Amino acid sequence: MSAKIVTITSGKGGVGKTTAVANIAVALASNGAKVCCIDGDIGLRNLDVVMGLENRIVYDLVDVIEGRCRLRQAMIRDKRLAELYLIPAAQTRDKSAVSPSDMVRLADELRSEVDWVLIDSPAGIERGFRYAIAAADQVLVITNPEVSAVRDADRVIGLLEAEEKGPASLIINRLNPSMVKNHDMLSAEDVLDLLAVRLIGIVPEDETVIVGTNRGSPIALEAKSKAGQAFRNIALRLQGQDVPFLDLDSQGTLWARIQRIAGRK
Amino acid sequence: MDEQTFPIQIKGLRDGLLITLGDGEWAVLEPVLFEQIQSQQAFFRGARVALDVGPQILRVNELVSLRDKLSEQGISLWAVLSESPTTEKTAQLLGLATRISKPRPEETRQFSVDDLGDETALFISKTLRSGTRIEFPGHVVVFGDVNPGAEIVAEGNVLVWGRVRGMVHAGAKGDTSAYICALDLSPTQLRIANEVSAALEPQNNPRPEVASLNEDGKLQSVPWQPS
Repeated sequence: MSAKIVTITSGKGGVGKTTAVANIAVALASNGAKVCCIDGDIGLRNLDVVMGLENRIVYDLVDVIEGRCRLRQAMIRDKRLAELYLIPAAQTRDKSAVSPSDMVRLADELRSEVDWVLIDSPAGIERGFRYAIAAADQVLVITNPEVSAVRDADRVIGLLEAEEKGPASLIINRLNPSMVKNHDMLSAEDVLDLLAVRLIGIVPEDETVIVGTNRGSPIALEAKSKAGQAFRNIALRLQGQDVPFLDLDSQGTLWARIQRIAGRK
Repeated sequence: MDEQTFPIQIKGLRDGLLITLGDGEWAVLEPVLFEQIQSQQAFFRGARVALDVGPQILRVNELVSLRDKLSEQGISLWAVLSESPTTEKTAQLLGLATRISKPRPEETRQFSVDDLGDETALFISKTLRSGTRIEFPGHVVVFGDVNPGAEIVAEGNVLVWGRVRGMVHAGAKGDTSAYICALDLSPTQLRIANEVSAALEPQNNPRPEVASLNEDGKLQSVPWQPS
């Protein structure tokens, strides 16, 4: 077994890095892969909450790096999927507790244990970002269709090019098709036009994501959720499958369906 | 003790240490440097270091690994000085300073005007992404886009075969005859000599444009006309 190490980063905060990591991990694990997530946001630990594993934490990332526990001891098993693990961040330390080479060592150790390692990068382009990408075989840059988020994604892609991390893949998160239609939001084409990288997923805006995040139950587990489907598709594309992009513009047909139902009454 | 046996010199600066490497292969010098650091761990711990690598050509991966190894020893590398433009460029890409005494805006300058004629241009064949700043004492030609958040400051003219959506300053030393042309000119801001224009309206049908100063000294841009 030799794991592929994927880092998810964005530059700007709050665009959905942690949510994406949790959902893609859940999707990969439901496809039968063995997955380990690492929360790289030391001092601002979140991924455990989103995955609903907060109350199981005994050891964390910094404990592993500083040798207070073995790697296996810090890997928390998910409550739903047997082959999904999380290495949580330390909440009481800061980014200076980890160096890029620490992450490379840890990731190398994990390579033989699992199929996929997903690293949740902190926001920003400082030390936290540097160690989060240090070990990555592939980097997914996530952005929202907003000018400020796209600007930061552009900066991050530039830094990744400078670090010779290979071409980044792009996730556009929280796209609202009806706003795009009214020209109130950047379209996926606008974003791609500027960033000029490979697109690996478009996730529609979906209120159930917030509900899932708060409950600690990623929506990629829910068959009906459209955002969940988008994350499952990203997982499949990571695994090398050619999955067509979701038709997000089904608002028309849904509306038509409602009208049809209303008309029947 | 001649230079051959002691290829590394260490000097105290106002705000840290300056380590100067002598001649030799990087593969030889790097281990010697770390040997030296290992032997005086207490001295180096917590130090802020500028490294003069001479004509050494260092690629991104070498500099990254050097920075990481130094940080493991508790040493923060903040500057890399080099005679090689490649190394300087690498250091700049990694956000390291390349001069130790000059103020910041001088950092990105790589060449002096003396060795360049008036007709020299810097050719960049990639898209400049947000956060990139190019300063050059001659003309600048970009084959690619200038994205929002990127900056070009040229003493001569700027020609972009692509879209300009960032900031471009031509004639930065006051040359009022400088011009900026691009296939699509929708910049955040344009500057020629001391004139500044706010954002131009982005166009639905982009067309090549040339921006220059008119008779009144105001910045204006006109569509390119085949003559």
